[in-house]
Amino acid sequence: MALLVDKHRPRSLDQLTYHKDLSERLRSLAQSGDFPHLLVYGPSGAGKKTRIICTLKTLFGPGVEKIKIDSRVFQTTSNRKLEFNIVSSIYHLEITPSDVGNYDRVVVQDLLKEVAQTQQVDANARQRFKVVVINEADSLSRDAQAALRRTMEKYSPNLRLILLANSTANIIAPIRSRTLLVRVAAPTEEEIVDVLERSGRKEGWKGERGLNERIARESGRNLRRALLMFEAVHAQNEKITPQTPLPPPDWEALLGTIASEILAEHSPAQILKIRAKLYDLLTHCIPATTILKTLTFKLIPLVDDQVKAEIVKWAAFYEHRVRMGTKVIFHLEAFVAKVMRVLEEWDMSMDF
Amino acid sequence: MASFFDLKARKEAAATNGSSKSAPAAKETNRMQPWVEKYRPKNLSDVTAQDHTITVLQRTLQSSNLPHMLFYGPPGTGKTSTVLALAKELYGPELMKTRVLELNASDERGISIVREKVKNFARMQLAQPTAAQRAQYPCPPYKIIILDEADSMTQDAQSALRRTMETYSKITRFCLICNYVTRIIDPLASRCSKFRFKSLDQGNARARVEDIARKEGVRLEDGAADMLIKCSEGDLRKAITFLQSAARLVGAVGDDGEEEEDKMDVDEKEEKLVTVKSVEDIAGVIPDATIEGLVQAMRPKSRGLVYEAVSKQVTDMVADGWSATQVITQLFPAIIYDEAIADNQKNKITLIFSEADKRLVDGSDEHLTILDSALRISGILAGA
Ligand SMILES: Nc1ncnc2c1ncn2[C@@H]1O[C@H](COP(=O)(O)OP(=O)(O)OP(=O)(O)O)[C@@H](O)[C@H]1O
Ligand SMILES: [Mg+2]
Repeated sequence: MALLVDKHRPRSLDQLTYHKDLSERLRSLAQSGDFPHLLVYGPSGAGKKTRIICTLKTLFGPGVEKIKIDSRVFQTTSNRKLEFNIVSSIYHLEITPSDVGNYDRVVVQDLLKEVAQTQQVDANARQRFKVVVINEADSLSRDAQAALRRTMEKYSPNLRLILLANSTANIIAPIRSRTLLVRVAAPTEEEIVDVLERSGRKEGWKGERGLNERIARESGRNLRRALLMFEAVHAQNEKITPQTPLPPPDWEALLGTIASEILAEHSPAQILKIRAKLYDLLTHCIPATTILKTLTFKLIPLVDDQVKAEIVKWAAFYEHRVRMGTKVIFHLEAFVAKVMRVLEEWDMSMDF
Repeated sequence: MASFFDLKARKEAAATNGSSKSAPAAKETNRMQPWVEKYRPKNLSDVTAQDHTITVLQRTLQSSNLPHMLFYGPPGTGKTSTVLALAKELYGPELMKTRVLELNASDERGISIVREKVKNFARMQLAQPTAAQRAQYPCPPYKIIILDEADSMTQDAQSALRRTMETYSKITRFCLICNYVTRIIDPLASRCSKFRFKSLDQGNARARVEDIARKEGVRLEDGAADMLIKCSEGDLRKAITFLQSAARLVGAVGDDGEEEEDKMDVDEKEEKLVTVKSVEDIAGVIPDATIEGLVQAMRPKSRGLVYEAVSKQVTDMVADGWSATQVITQLFPAIIYDEAIADNQKNKITLIFSEADKRLVDGSDEHLTILDSALRISGILAGA
């Protein structure tokens, strides 16, 4: 059974319920015939991909929805073979180069040139060019990004790129210079409620506005998360009321526990106990940055206003270290120890 | 339906496509070209704002004696355009095919390629120009190897170039192009005449943009040209892309709702007014009100309220997708030019911006970085 997120995914620009002006802008670009390269960025769950698929449909017609998955083999200079999946229709293809890690440059070099040097098969195609959608473009290596530069200029009659990213920060300046930046904001809470209501109606569920509003708030404006929560709540409960509890995901609940433990006792023994839990989260593939951020935002409501800024300061400090270092557990643990220290000092100052 | 990767099928299809309606296709290509390519300078005198470089190159064109060259400068300032125009003026479009080798970052340029491909081309005998070519172009007796985007070449590959460059310098000239001159190893850089491509100054960039707008029949509202230039920060490619997209945006929206496909052809020459607002939208500038909201939240308040206010603003900005770099870029002037803030506070605040910039470049989490910076600035404003 398909999940709601897939089942009710809008399939054309006019089915998109929010950011109407952005939909119009994309439509006018798609209909103009001189579609530029795009760099589409915005937070996770804001609906970037959906919006782009809808744009492709405006560009090429329903043919873009007939997709297939190919497995391709690339050869590196050191003769290593790389296997790599490509989703394609006759008008476009979609790749996630981060799948091949450091060899992304090889894939980008070979694949894009190949696409660029061959013309559109469909003689009646609305556009002469083909589109290559690159997922997670912010994790492309610098070399891979550099490899895109001249290709984007030289082959512009045959090729357009759409890069999808959470942020533009890791995109090199020459690439930003060659693309039109398109920001996709996360939907507001009201907009999320609206989407939930439409989805619920399609499923024949009785709507509970209060519940939907709580889901929207809990989701942190992430529509994908909101829809998953919405579906889970309906799957788990016979009867829905505005008060039906919304259980957080396991890992989030565990971080809630860690936050209370940090507050409860400031001792080496306690750190040891927490370390085990942190390891647990890491082995379940929760990224260190997510752990650190979630923990921070679980701690904030529990502590005095005076120390909130201090905790954020150390969170940012250790997150930077996580990024630069190699042993993430060190920095997570150091953060825990630091927060305990800050809280301890605060308690002492209050005693006097 | 033919498979995407079935090359044979695609070539056949392309061939039939080409033969059946080749005439309209040519016209269409022109229409569909991105303006950055359509208005790429065709010859040296077409390149704007790099007067010094162009004068020197034009002089060498006459004397037909070219040194090895190194072009460097920020994106979109005309480096690639200049070298291509130069090559065309030296050899003409035909002879250029055999006399010029262009390798860029999309080509494999490891050490083995430098040893093989580059060396083979470098030592190859010169193809002789025909009399007609000689009459029209200088056709000097050497080849040119263009290594565009050379900052992405490894040090080893660069070292391998040294010998080739010297050995064959009689019949081959090199032109290296990069954004950061420091990425080119010294022994190579010292063998080249260096040409710096400046970030385009306001006046020249503006003239070029206005010229393109005129040719495309796009009207600019008062101040729109200035906004285009301001948002593109000396990068002419960016300015032209913004212009084209803004033109599309206003071009299509004005037409209350009719959406036939062929309408675009008709209104191609119709006049459109590009507004300051539409440029801001396209360029991703954060509205002043949003920045002001953040600044207000950071101002000293009674105990405890600051965190709530700042964190709400920051959370919203992150969810709205504003890039942290853009936030920092726009927040900086908002604070530094605020007369009400004391100088010694500004000194401390500058350090926070420096730290934030570094962290963002290192790829730190944008939400935490902005929240932390905003709270620390707020602490300084409160006199902590
Ligand atoms: N000095 C200039 N005069 C006229 N047009 C320019 C100039 N600089 C840039 N442009 C415009 O911008 C486009 C890109 O310029 P070009 O490819 O030469 O940039 P570049 O310096 O090679 O940039 P990068 O470092 O990103 O490769 C050109 O097609 C042209 O439309
Ligand atoms: Mg270039």
